[in-house]
Amino acid sequence: MSEGVGGRRRVAPWLPGVRGGRFAGALAGEVDPAAVDGHAGHPPRVGFFTDTSVCIGCKACEVACKEWNRVPEDGLTFTGMSYDNTGGLGADSWRHVAFIEQPAPGGLPRATQPQAQASRDSVDVFALAAGGDGPAEPPAGGQLRWLMSSDVCKHCTHAACLDVCPTGSLFRTEFGTVVVQEDICNGCGYCIPACPYGVIGRRAGDGRAWKCTLCYDRLGDGMEPACAKACPTDSIQFGPLEELRERAAGRLARLHQAGVAGARLYGEDPRDGVGGAGAFFLLLDEPEVYGLPPDPVVTTRDLPSMWRHVAAAAVAVTAAAAASFAADLLGRRLR
Amino acid sequence: MQQDLQNADCIVIQGSNMAECHPVGFQWVMEAKARGAAVIHVDPRFTRTSALADLHVPLRAGSDIAFLGGIINYVLSQEKYFREYVVNYTNAATVITGQFADTEDLDGLFSGFDPEHRGYDARTWQYEEAEVQAASGQRDELYEDRAAMASVRQAGRGEAHGSGGAHVGPPRTDPTLEHPRCVFQILRRHFARYTPEIVEQICGVPPRTFGKVCELVTGNSGRDRTTAFVYSVGWTQHTVGVQYIRTAAILQLLLGNIGRPGGGILALRGHASIQGSTDIPTLFNLLPGYIPMPHAHGNEDLDAFVAAEGTDKGYWAQLRAYLVSLLKAWWGPAATPDNGFCFGYLPRLTGSHSTYETVMAQLAGDCKGYFLFGENPAVGSANAKLQRLGMSRLDWLVVRDFSLIESATWWKDGPEIETGEMRTTDIGTEVFFLPAAAHTEKDGSFTSTQRLLQWHHQAVAPAGDARSDLWFAYHLGRIVREKLAAGGPGGQASPGHAAAEMDRPVLDLTWDYPTRGETAEPEAEAVLAEINGYDAHGDPLSSYQQLNGDGSTACGCWIYCGVYAGGVNQAARRKPGRDQDWIASEWGWAWPANRRILYNRASADPGGRPWSQRKALVWWDEERAAWTGHDVPDFAAGKSPRYRPPDGATGADALSGIDPFIMQADGKAWLFAPAGLLDGPLPAHYEPQDCPFPNLLYKQQRNPARQVLPFVHPGNRFQPSGGAPGSDAFPYVATTYRLTEHHTAGGMSRWLPYLAELQPEFFCEVSPELAAERGLEHLGWATIVTARNAIEARVLVTGRMTPLTVQGRRLHQVGIPYHWGPNGCSRGDPANDLASISLDPNVHIQEVKAFACDIRPGRRPRGPGRVELVREYQRRAGITEQTGTEP
Repeated sequence: MSEGVGGRRRVAPWLPGVRGGRFAGALAGEVDPAAVDGHAGHPPRVGFFTDTSVCIGCKACEVACKEWNRVPEDGLTFTGMSYDNTGGLGADSWRHVAFIEQPAPGGLPRATQPQAQASRDSVDVFALAAGGDGPAEPPAGGQLRWLMSSDVCKHCTHAACLDVCPTGSLFRTEFGTVVVQEDICNGCGYCIPACPYGVIGRRAGDGRAWKCTLCYDRLGDGMEPACAKACPTDSIQFGPLEELRERAAGRLARLHQAGVAGARLYGEDPRDGVGGAGAFFLLLDEPEVYGLPPDPVVTTRDLPSMWRHVAAAAVAVTAAAAASFAADLLGRRLR
Repeated sequence: MQQDLQNADCIVIQGSNMAECHPVGFQWVMEAKARGAAVIHVDPRFTRTSALADLHVPLRAGSDIAFLGGIINYVLSQEKYFREYVVNYTNAATVITGQFADTEDLDGLFSGFDPEHRGYDARTWQYEEAEVQAASGQRDELYEDRAAMASVRQAGRGEAHGSGGAHVGPPRTDPTLEHPRCVFQILRRHFARYTPEIVEQICGVPPRTFGKVCELVTGNSGRDRTTAFVYSVGWTQHTVGVQYIRTAAILQLLLGNIGRPGGGILALRGHASIQGSTDIPTLFNLLPGYIPMPHAHGNEDLDAFVAAEGTDKGYWAQLRAYLVSLLKAWWGPAATPDNGFCFGYLPRLTGSHSTYETVMAQLAGDCKGYFLFGENPAVGSANAKLQRLGMSRLDWLVVRDFSLIESATWWKDGPEIETGEMRTTDIGTEVFFLPAAAHTEKDGSFTSTQRLLQWHHQAVAPAGDARSDLWFAYHLGRIVREKLAAGGPGGQASPGHAAAEMDRPVLDLTWDYPTRGETAEPEAEAVLAEINGYDAHGDPLSSYQQLNGDGSTACGCWIYCGVYAGGVNQAARRKPGRDQDWIASEWGWAWPANRRILYNRASADPGGRPWSQRKALVWWDEERAAWTGHDVPDFAAGKSPRYRPPDGATGADALSGIDPFIMQADGKAWLFAPAGLLDGPLPAHYEPQDCPFPNLLYKQQRNPARQVLPFVHPGNRFQPSGGAPGSDAFPYVATTYRLTEHHTAGGMSRWLPYLAELQPEFFCEVSPELAAERGLEHLGWATIVTARNAIEARVLVTGRMTPLTVQGRRLHQVGIPYHWGPNGCSRGDPANDLASISLDPNVHIQEVKAFACDIRPGRRPRGPGRVELVREYQRRAGITEQTGTEP
């Protein structure tokens, strides 16, 4: 095998020195989050490209994540939501594989290119397979599609969780990822409603916030995150973000060429509401189908203007209070 | 091998849920798909494999021979076969004896059937003017004839077996394939009735979908293209399971897809080293390296055994060398030419002693003790209730596992305690539970599905009293030997000479492995070295071709010879894939001879040139006068394609330069199997043991040679089939299977919270239509009933279960994963409580992939009501002990 489906990486090019200083974070007009947060001379920004078109729903990512990060069991609940008994991301599930059963759009995907060229000169079209090149007769109930997708923290360029954290527990790493430091977190929970994807949760009986660290400890040792390492089909690909985006664009083009019209990228665009995600996806349908917000916006985007209004309001309130106090004082004196 | 799937142009996955059950290997299917291959999944259910396939073909569980037979008929009638390959490399041209009668002639039976003994006499299936022995399977069929012939030979030729004596000539052939009794013409007639209409009627697959599969498979086969088949226990676990795989083999041979890159038939094994446990078997009827276990024939000695079980031609002609080397490995200096190298020490078979016969022997009180190593029959074996009842009759039971699995606790909290069928105080079985070490806690090897040995080193010491299986087996043997040496249990003097004689096979064993550490753990590498073998100087061997039949070599498993070549553990090699080509010959070690693709001589044309550059694997290098290529050639290295054996040649020399199938006595792949099978030389579609449909193809409803009679028992009742009165009590077809999240009977997964939470409860899968028909509610409960038992499961209503139209009526199938039992974090009823013990005659495997059932809303009754519900069904269906036992 020359390369895996997505070209699995075997070395650690995101570490300083490995790539010979070819720093790659700065796409045209794009924010370099690690630099913004003061990491001078940092390694390239890394992330995940999750290609859901090759996900087989094995959940090895969920288990590998829990094993490595010692995330506790998340409840023995049979949900009936296809094969998804995890339900969603939270304090105790940092990877979540969604399973969506739906009718297949437009029958079967066209078999293959070489297929079409297969020597057919002597083909005596099998009488009963008349109309041979069209989609096969769908079974009763129609041809199905079973979408599977492994969700994870997006490690946003503009991360609201980080903005609202009062203790500095949430911080931006030199790799451009967003990590909670559990020994600093005071459990205030502000980050939870701040996340536009509903990624973070507070752990019952612990109270602190927990989420994917993109295996910060492994990155420092030159290893890829546990979920990407465990993924058997390279649905989860890890690497420098710039390279992942190139790879994703190529994969998308190939799928479009093969007639998979619904294929699209999600979270790869630096111009989106979170400034582009560090973990982005190739989806085969609308994001809503997978339970992903179609147009996520960093929830702290309006904070500056909100604070301006708050400040103005505060001045007014203070003035009113002062006036009231003065009046009260005056009243007492008069008594 | 799985990596070779990337070279396929079309992959048919049938009888397998590869993405779910072999997710790591499935990466190569995805790689092939990325390179443009078509992926077809033929399966009753739409699974995670179907989700990634280009085409999912739902079919009725238990109808695969009809489906594959239909493709064979298409290939033959539309002239799509690879003629040059078929004529030269298969037995298509061989003429079969005139005594042979086909299912065509006998309405579903082959010639030689004996209804009284429920078996075939295979004599009428032989080649004309020749008699061949099978390379595998049943080799004892013609024992009397062959042993007698050998004695004639011996009289004239002394020890020189086969090199003359009674001449077994080359079989008669007709390379034009026109002779009416040649295999090719027999095939044509046999499969002519497997039409697309029959496929539709039997399998429920519409002709257009079927035609699409035929086109994809044949359009992707030939000189320049190859199609691979992948199967698992969805094919094997039937009363006619072996013939499912035979059907695929016939198809792949006709298309020229065996021994070539991107071709083949991949058997995906269900557990990490199940391949290893057949190579060095835990099976009752095999010795290491697929040497048959001797039967209890009168006065059978080493020579008679070798004459009867070996072949004159091909590599099985060296059976004596393989067997004597094995005996030397086991009994060392005690094995001498004078005592037939201790051949007499080997146990003898008196019939089938499979796990199911063992259960019947337990019930009959004949089998008193039972070891369970990593096995949970109270959940994982067919008719799990009968398994539990059998264990309740034992004197002692030893369970070695990670957790208190159901097979260790049935006596106090099993389902029969709840129904009142068993009372703990009545059970005399003494149960020993011994904690087992996991693979990370011990050294050892796994032999994977592709014959690849991979060594694993101990990462951590086992906790507490947990020990490796090797430790247990070694020390148990050591202590038994000490007791016997001291004159029997307790060290009392032996009552007589006879007893001491009886103990010699155990006392003479070589049982001297070095141990280490406080726990005296045996050195696993020392065992590997013994398996590899050594010469008279004690030096490790490097190839099975060095083995001798004179006692100068010892080898624990001839096919593994070379795994410790040069005194180096070859299985421990871990050169990464990125540092070598796709064959990856320096990762681990594959038997035989580190060869990755078997019979790869067939990847070149008769002249020794690759069939096409695109599909080149090994080829003849004229200049060097040697075979060469990407893989280790599976052929005598210097044997020219032009070599033709002289008259009277034997062994490997008797095979010509165009005989790629070197383990076969005639060097050809067998489209028609003249020996080795107990239920016919060709596959024929028979319905499952319990089936709501009649057999449309033949009057013969079920496999006439299937094993049911030994299993007649009140706890193992069979059901009326195919429109017989009462068969409507069980109108649906159930199929059992696994999920990615759990492992077999759950011992390795239901106790692990990280896996248990992913599939936390036992459930069944039904279509929305069936749910409406039977009033089943999503997330509610259903009770599933057969003549054996009633179980309950949560209901998952899903469009992935496809209703089919079979024989003009709507058929619903019920999906039942079988991982659960009442213990552990994730619990539920065992699906195997529903299945009957009815077996394939060749390999004694149970039929759990297709059986008729009923399903009703709500939970099953508690207490004795559960038993009463099953009795009510039995009454309604008119079931007696005769039901379903007819041939």
